[in-house]
Amino acid sequence: MAEMIAEDYLEEDTQKNKFLTFSLGNEIYGIEIKYVTEIIGIQPVTEVPELPNYVRGIVNLRGKIIPVIDVRLRFKKPFMEYSDRTCIIVIDIQEISIGLIVDSVCEVLVIPEDEIVPPPSVNGGASNKYIKGIGKVDNSIKLILDCDKLLKEEELSNLTSTLSEGVIS
Amino acid sequence: MAGNYSNESMLDLYIFETSNLLEQLEHSILASEKSNHISKDDVNEIFRIMHTIKGSSAMMLFDNIASLAHSIEDLFYFIRENDPREVDCSALSDIVLEGVDFLKVELEKVKAKDPVDGDAQRLKETIADFLNKLKLQNSSAEKVFTSRKETKKNSVEDLKDMPEDIEEITEKIPEEKPRYYIAPNITEPPAALSKKNWYKAVIFYQDGCEMENIRAYTVIHNLKEIVDKYIFTPEDIIENDLSAQVIKEQGFTVVLRTDKSYEEMHEFFMQTIFLRELKLEQIEDQEDEPVMNQHENALTPQIPVLQTVEREEKAEKEVSLSSAQQSIISVNVAKLDRLMDLVGEMVIAEAMVTQNPDLKGLQLDNFYKAARQFGKITGELQDMVMAIRMVPLSTTFHKMHRIVRDMSKKLNKEVRLEIIGEETEVDKNIIEHISDPLMHLIRNAIDHGIEAAGERVAAEKSKAGTITLEAKNAGSDVLIIVRDDGKGLNKEKILSRARQNGLLTKSEQEISDREIFNLIFLPGFSTKENITEFSGRGVGMDVVSKNIQTVGGSVSVDSTEGAGTAITMKIPLTLAIIGGMNIKVGNSRYTIPTISIRESFRPKESDIIRDPDENEMIMVRGECYPVIRLHTLYKVKTEITELSQGIFIMVEDEETSCCIFADELLGEQQVVVKALPYYIQNFKKDNVLGGCTLLGDGSISLILDIQSITRLVKK
Repeated sequence: MAEMIAEDYLEEDTQKNKFLTFSLGNEIYGIEIKYVTEIIGIQPVTEVPELPNYVRGIVNLRGKIIPVIDVRLRFKKPFMEYSDRTCIIVIDIQEISIGLIVDSVCEVLVIPEDEIVPPPSVNGGASNKYIKGIGKVDNSIKLILDCDKLLKEEELSNLTSTLSEGVIS
Repeated sequence: MAGNYSNESMLDLYIFETSNLLEQLEHSILASEKSNHISKDDVNEIFRIMHTIKGSSAMMLFDNIASLAHSIEDLFYFIRENDPREVDCSALSDIVLEGVDFLKVELEKVKAKDPVDGDAQRLKETIADFLNKLKLQNSSAEKVFTSRKETKKNSVEDLKDMPEDIEEITEKIPEEKPRYYIAPNITEPPAALSKKNWYKAVIFYQDGCEMENIRAYTVIHNLKEIVDKYIFTPEDIIENDLSAQVIKEQGFTVVLRTDKSYEEMHEFFMQTIFLRELKLEQIEDQEDEPVMNQHENALTPQIPVLQTVEREEKAEKEVSLSSAQQSIISVNVAKLDRLMDLVGEMVIAEAMVTQNPDLKGLQLDNFYKAARQFGKITGELQDMVMAIRMVPLSTTFHKMHRIVRDMSKKLNKEVRLEIIGEETEVDKNIIEHISDPLMHLIRNAIDHGIEAAGERVAAEKSKAGTITLEAKNAGSDVLIIVRDDGKGLNKEKILSRARQNGLLTKSEQEISDREIFNLIFLPGFSTKENITEFSGRGVGMDVVSKNIQTVGGSVSVDSTEGAGTAITMKIPLTLAIIGGMNIKVGNSRYTIPTISIRESFRPKESDIIRDPDENEMIMVRGECYPVIRLHTLYKVKTEITELSQGIFIMVEDEETSCCIFADELLGEQQVVVKALPYYIQNFKKDNVLGGCTLLGDGSISLILDIQSITRLVKK
C-alpha cells in the first residue's frame, strides 16, 4: 500500500508540467502527460451504429476494446482523411480508456505553471469549453485541453442533442 | 486493537468459515422443523456450530456476535444435556433463525468493514426467556436430575449442579445458572473451590492447517471461560510468529486448573478445529483431593496417567468433514475470471494462427494436422475452464426453503417446497443474478398464487399448496421453472389492466394466451395498486425479467386458471464464450450467436413480398418472415443491396423469427464475448448489440443481440 502511494507520488512528480502536444490543423494542443497511456498509429476502426459522428467506433488495443473519438469532429472542424501521420492518443481518465484521433503528434513539452494563463472568455464560450489554459512556449501558443470535460460533457449534459447531431451529419 | 494481530487473510477465513457454518445451521434447523423433531445429531451440530462461532468471533473481537452465539449455545446446551421431551420446535426454530439473521447481518457488516455494532440484547432476552420456560416445563414433569445422573458420568459436576438446578427452577433467574461456559468474571459458588483438578493438555494440529499460533490462541481464549488458572507454552503465541513453528513441531501445551472432569476437558479439547492429536492427562494437585464417593470415580485417576486418545473416537464427524474439504479448494473468483480471460485470448490467438491470411491457398497438410490437434486442446482447455466455474444451483435453491417457511408462516398458508434438479450447474457469475429473481418469484407464488387453505379445500385441492422449483439443462441454456398449484392467472383481469394502461400493442382477438401472461412483465404492471386491485402476479415482475435479461436470459409464463402457474426462466449456461456465425456487411463484420440461427439460405427474388409500406417479407415453406437489412439498420455502405446477391440468415428468439440480410457468411467460430466500452454504451438507448468480439485477424466484430432485433420486428 505504502509503496503504491510512493510510486504514485514519484510518477506525478516526474510528470509535472509535462504536456504531449499534437496538431489539429494550424493549432497546437497540449494534453497533460499523466493522462496519456500510449500513442498508436491509425488503425482500422470498427464502426458502431447509432453513435454521434465524432465517435468513430472501437479499436482493438491488444485485446482491450476501446472507443475512439475524432477530436477534429469533436471540435466541429471539417473532417480530414486519415493518413499515415494520423495518430491515436490513448488516454485514461477516470478509469475510462479512450483513443483520441489527431492529425499528428508533435512533442513532449515542459510548460511551467506560470507560463499558463486561463483562456479568455469569448462570448458564448462554446469553443473554449474544452480548453483549460493557454500555454506560452517561446513565441508559440499551445492550447491545453481539459480532458475531463472532453469526455464528461456528453455523459452528463444533453445526450440526445449530440445523438441527433450525429444522425444528421 | 483488532489491527494488532488480525490481518486480511484471517478475516477472510473467519468470514468464510462463519458464513459456511451459518448456512449449515440454517439447513439443519429447517430440516428439523420440517420433521417437527430435533434429532440428537442436529442438537449437537447446532451446539458445535454456535460454539465455534462464539470462539472465533470472540477472537476477532466481535463481542456482540460472540455473546449472541453464547446464549444460543446455552440454550442448546440445555437441550443437549437434558433432552427435554416437550420442545416447541417451531418456536425454537424461530428463535434460532432470528439469531442466524442477526449473525448474517453482522457478518455483512464485517465484510463491508463497517463497525460491527448490532445490538443483540433483545434477542438474548428472548432466548433466555425461552430457556427458562423450557426448564420449567421439563422440570415440573419429571425430575430432571435423575435422568441426568444416568446419562452423565461426571460426579463432580453433577453434585454441584443438581441442587442449583432445583434452585433455579424455583427462582427462575437465568443469570445464576452454573453452566459450563460461565464467563470468568462471574463469581463461582464457593462450593466449587474445594474441587479443582489440574490437567496437562498437548495439542497437535493437522499438517498444513497454518496459523497454528492463532489457533492456539483460540483455545486459550475459550479456556479462559472454564478454567481458573492456566499456563501454556510457547507463551508468546500472538506476538511471535515463530511460535507457530514450535507448535507444529512440539505441540501446544497447556497446563490448567479447573473444576471440570477429565471427560469434559477432553470433550472441550476435541472441539478444536484441525486437531490431529490430543494428549490430555490429569495431574494430581497437592492441595486438592479428588476423592469422591461416587461410583464413576475410577474415571478420574488419582495418579498422573498418560492418556492418549485417538482422534477417531469422538470426532468422526469432523474427520469426514475435513477430509471432504481437502479435496475441494476455494479459489478467488477474480483469479478464475483472469484465467478465463487468458483462455479467451488464447482462443483468439489460435484463430489468428490457423486462419492466418498468409496461409490462404497454400497446401499445408502437416500444418493443418498440427493445427487441428492444437484446436482440440484449446477446445478442451476452454471446456475445462468453464467447468471449473460451474456451480450447482443447490445452495441457491436451498435458500428458498427459508423464504417459503417465513412466508407461509406470515400468511398463514401451508406451503411445501419441492426441489428438482438442484445438481444442475450454472456459471458462478450467473448464479449471483438468479438468486434475487428466484426469491421474488417464490414470494409472488406464495402471496398471490397459492390460495388460503379454505379456498383450496373448496376447490378440491390438497390443503397444502406446493411450489416446485425445477432446474434442467436444455442445450446451452438452463431452464429454471417455478411452478405452483395455486389459482393461476386471470386473463381477463390482466387484459383489462393492460387496456387501462394502454399497454396493448395488438388487437385483443389476435393476442395469444402466452402473450397475455407475458404482459405482467411490463413495467406498467408493477405499480403498487395492483396488489390490492387485482390479485394476480405482477409485483415487480419487470424487475425479475430485467434481472434475467442482464445475464442474457428470458422469462415466460404459463398458467391455467384454477390449476396454477409456471414461470420459466431461460438462462445461458455461461456468458463468456459462445458459438457464433460471422457475417459480413460492407467492411463491417457481425457475429450472430449460433443458438439463435435456424438456417441460412440464398433468397429467390420471386419469394420476396413487399407490403404498401415497403416492408419486405420473404416466404419460406409457406410461412412469411420479415426481412431486416443490416446495411440499412446500421447505415453501413455496401455494394450488395440486391436481396438475391446476398444471404439470408433466419434467426429465432422464442416464437418470433425473422430473416437478417447480409453480404456473405464468413464462417462459424467460438467467440469470446467482450462488453462494449462503457463510453459507447452510454450512447446507446436500445441495445441492439450484445457486445463485441475479436476475430482471428485481430479485427472487431459486433455481436448482434437477436432478442432486440426480433423485438424491432414486433414493433
